[in-house]
Amino acid sequence: MRQLPQTFSDWFAGRGWQVHPHQLEMLARADDPALLLIAPTGGGKTLAGFLPTLIDLAEGEHKGLHTLYISPLKALAADIRRNLETPVEEMALPIRIEDRTGDTPSSRKRRQRVDPPHILLTTPESLALLMSYEDAPRMFAGLKRVVVDEIHALAESKRGDQLMLALARLERLCPGLRRVGLSATVEDPPALAQFLARHPDPCHILQADPGPAPDIQMLRSDTPPPWSGGGAAYAIADVLEEVKKHRITLIFHNTRAQAEIFFHNLWLANEDGLPIGIHHGSLDRTQRERVEKAMVQGRLRAVVCTGSLDLGIDWGDVDLVIQVGAPKNVKRLVQRIGRANHRYNAPSKALLVPANRFEVVECEAALEAVREADLDGDPRGPGPRDVLCQQILIAACAGPFAAEDLFDEVRTAGPYADLTRPEFDACLDYCATGGYALRAYDQWQRLKQAADGRWHLRDPRASQLIRMNIGTIQDTDTLKVRLKRGGGKPLGEVEESFAASLTPGDTFLIGGRIVRYESLREMTVEVSRDPGRKPKVAVFSGTKFATSTQLSQRVLRMFQQESWPELPRHTAEWLALQREVSRLPEPGRLLIESFPHDGRMHLCVYGFAGRNAMQTLGLLLSKRMEELGLAPLGFVSTDYATLIWGLEEVLDPTPLFDLEALREGLDGWLAGNAVMKRTFRGAATIAGLIQRNTPSARKSGRQATFSSDILYDTLLKYDPGHLLMDITRQEAMRGLVDFGRIEEMAARVAGRIDHLRLDRVSPLAAPLFMEIGKVPIEGEGSARLEAQEAERLMQEAGLV
Amino acid sequence: MSEVAEAQGHAFTLSGATLVARGTGALYWPAQSLLCVSDLHLGKSERLARRGGSALPPYETQDTLQRLEEEISALSPKVVICLGDSFDDAAAADALDEPALLWLQRLQAGRKWVWIEGNHDPGPVGLGGTHLAELTESPLTFRHIAEAGGSGEISGHYHPKAAIARTGGRARPCFLIDAARVIMPAFGTYTGGLRSQHAALSPLMEPRAIAVLTGPVARAIPMPR
Repeated sequence: MRQLPQTFSDWFAGRGWQVHPHQLEMLARADDPALLLIAPTGGGKTLAGFLPTLIDLAEGEHKGLHTLYISPLKALAADIRRNLETPVEEMALPIRIEDRTGDTPSSRKRRQRVDPPHILLTTPESLALLMSYEDAPRMFAGLKRVVVDEIHALAESKRGDQLMLALARLERLCPGLRRVGLSATVEDPPALAQFLARHPDPCHILQADPGPAPDIQMLRSDTPPPWSGGGAAYAIADVLEEVKKHRITLIFHNTRAQAEIFFHNLWLANEDGLPIGIHHGSLDRTQRERVEKAMVQGRLRAVVCTGSLDLGIDWGDVDLVIQVGAPKNVKRLVQRIGRANHRYNAPSKALLVPANRFEVVECEAALEAVREADLDGDPRGPGPRDVLCQQILIAACAGPFAAEDLFDEVRTAGPYADLTRPEFDACLDYCATGGYALRAYDQWQRLKQAADGRWHLRDPRASQLIRMNIGTIQDTDTLKVRLKRGGGKPLGEVEESFAASLTPGDTFLIGGRIVRYESLREMTVEVSRDPGRKPKVAVFSGTKFATSTQLSQRVLRMFQQESWPELPRHTAEWLALQREVSRLPEPGRLLIESFPHDGRMHLCVYGFAGRNAMQTLGLLLSKRMEELGLAPLGFVSTDYATLIWGLEEVLDPTPLFDLEALREGLDGWLAGNAVMKRTFRGAATIAGLIQRNTPSARKSGRQATFSSDILYDTLLKYDPGHLLMDITRQEAMRGLVDFGRIEEMAARVAGRIDHLRLDRVSPLAAPLFMEIGKVPIEGEGSARLEAQEAERLMQEAGLV
Repeated sequence: MSEVAEAQGHAFTLSGATLVARGTGALYWPAQSLLCVSDLHLGKSERLARRGGSALPPYETQDTLQRLEEEISALSPKVVICLGDSFDDAAAADALDEPALLWLQRLQAGRKWVWIEGNHDPGPVGLGGTHLAELTESPLTFRHIAEAGGSGEISGHYHPKAAIARTGGRARPCFLIDAARVIMPAFGTYTGGLRSQHAALSPLMEPRAIAVLTGPVARAIPMPR
């Protein structure tokens, strides 16, 4: 039981601050092995995490590293350092605080390993790298506490798994380590506590006062939103008005491309020249930092952003959050709303701006869910094995290890508590020999076993390659964008597939400006400025989230109302029209429409299973249609529906939906699928089969990419039981394939299929025609069209 | 051309010789009963592993030989030319395992077999067949790297690939063909490709060059530049 020392209470009083009850409770429980604090932003959460550390260190007796702080963002680590320095300086505490991220100069990094500060602020990747050095035990000797910030965000990705494995290792170096997790509101706190604590330590959960309920509404605009798309250009004038009425507004978008378009339109309408910035993950770092700095200095009135501002830095004066586009997920919406009014005890103010008619319905459903505090979320699966493989390689870099010790260590990490020895051994075998069924050559061995049974790197030089590739963050293949003239100023990145679709002269938006594509040099897209033309839109995407099951069900329930007085008239009328000419989808049934349009037959399936599952359903259904000779040509999926078009009409869709047949089709066919290949690429990169970074690539500046698709095809053919194939299948089922939600849908529907044959497009299906992300089907239909196109090209070129 | 003929490959003439660019990535010269494949890069995974790089699945030699065998069984050629970079390096050739060596011998039996030198495998390999810097079978010349001003020239090295942009298909390995030369796709399983738009390829090919995409059906399109 600890109390606040006099120096500290004086300091609080001097600033006119009250110590929050949860800060005192954190202090009282400072000796707990693990603690999870759930508090709204602005609740003095960080200080609560650090109080025990500052008090310990105030005595000036501790030598070396005392507390490690982990944040998901480099910028956050730097920001927290600045925030901590204030109390430290004002109370004249003998404490040295430093951050260490990928941006820290290497000279300081070296010095930190020899002479670590009292408090080190870092990221999961930098910590994993530190753990790979042989001198890690010396550096971390005496470490008492670990503070994991924004743990709710880390737990959503493999970065969290990697961090917990690193903490398991740290725990062995520093027995008695105390862990503190700081989290925003989550749906299942005990699961998060279990994730954080050393298994099987208990972990107390502290809930800070959540503060007053948020003030959240849907934007009421005189202009109705369009039928489809995510631009929300119709709302520009209203959004500008809101920006004028508030001090600082954050305008969140679901994808980077949408943020770019919105920002562009905002500037065209910004006659008063309000200072507005843009911030997203594809922008060059210096550009992002400039916006962050301007924000801190209060020079901006609004920032158009994506998930890149979901976390972290306390902007203080943000008094309005605008969410453009469907929120998809109630929990994330609540967390985003929390970005407004970081001052404790003031209600957060937020505005939802649906980008199209359908999103009006979803926004209304989300508002209801927020009011009822009905948060959604999926349980975490077991710790991913590709991350474990990387951890085994990291352990080998740090020095020889015994398999038993490492297995015991890994199992103390919450996500890996249920790992079995055979699973572990398979990962070890993969790291040691490649894990191939055909085990031929000695030179495939990365790890060897010494006479004492301990494992070590066959070639110690391999540690360089392993260290260069530490981390689990998956970038899509992106190319840098630079200005061709003017010193090659970096602007940001676009996806490789987008770059491949450009021809010289095309224009696109990046960082809010229009640029003209000039050429592709090495791995760089060269562009020039091109003011005043209408851009061809950049489609580089941020993460695509699927609408949660809970939210989808709410929408379906809303559809059952007799009328919709809570919805704007345009949307209510649209739903009524759908009911009149066709039907509205119902919770326990599956609505399917078929109709001709533009010379093709269309099938629209309202599955309401979320974007990923609907995408998979599209692939599976079109596969079956191909087998049945219906010559499907392509499909497009949203969170709610899949639209498939082809050359022939589907007269009876019921046999298409036989779950058993779908499941069988899944195994055989999924194997060759692009989604699987993309998943495989991620697993193969994390597990170290392919490297993103190599010493030679770093020298030449050229990326060394080996086609992971070819490796996937090869393993599928010769070694389908390989560990990485197993990991890929398991992950795809949960992630991009999301077959679980198809099964859920099938169970919900239980064969109650309503098939309506219409003579034209229905109101609900119409927006799907304007969706981007159409998937072509390579089959009989496309072969017919491809042959025609090849012929046409040859004729046009006069080559036949 | 009928679908059946297309499935066999794309037929064209070069310096008077009638050739077929096959969907498999092999080139066939029916009049000479000659089959040409390029850039097998056998032993690529072995070389990478040996050099401390990735431990890639060690199946590419098996897969490449399997596909080569299928071509040989389908066509029964009297002559097989491997157009350079048949091995990822000399040590990779030495490291071929017993089954692969026997397999190669089986493929070589009863026909003329020529290894053309490539930049990865400049020296002779002790694996049967003839080893040559280049080979002229009038009116054609087979060499690994295309030479400026060459004519009737069959070469490999660049492993071009291309896509039919408007149908949104993926880039596939392809032949580049004009009146003077053919640049072949790689036949090796682990051998990637260079987009036909690349600066190295454009100057080599005439404006009216075509690309023949490999795949279930060999598909000719104007060379994407």
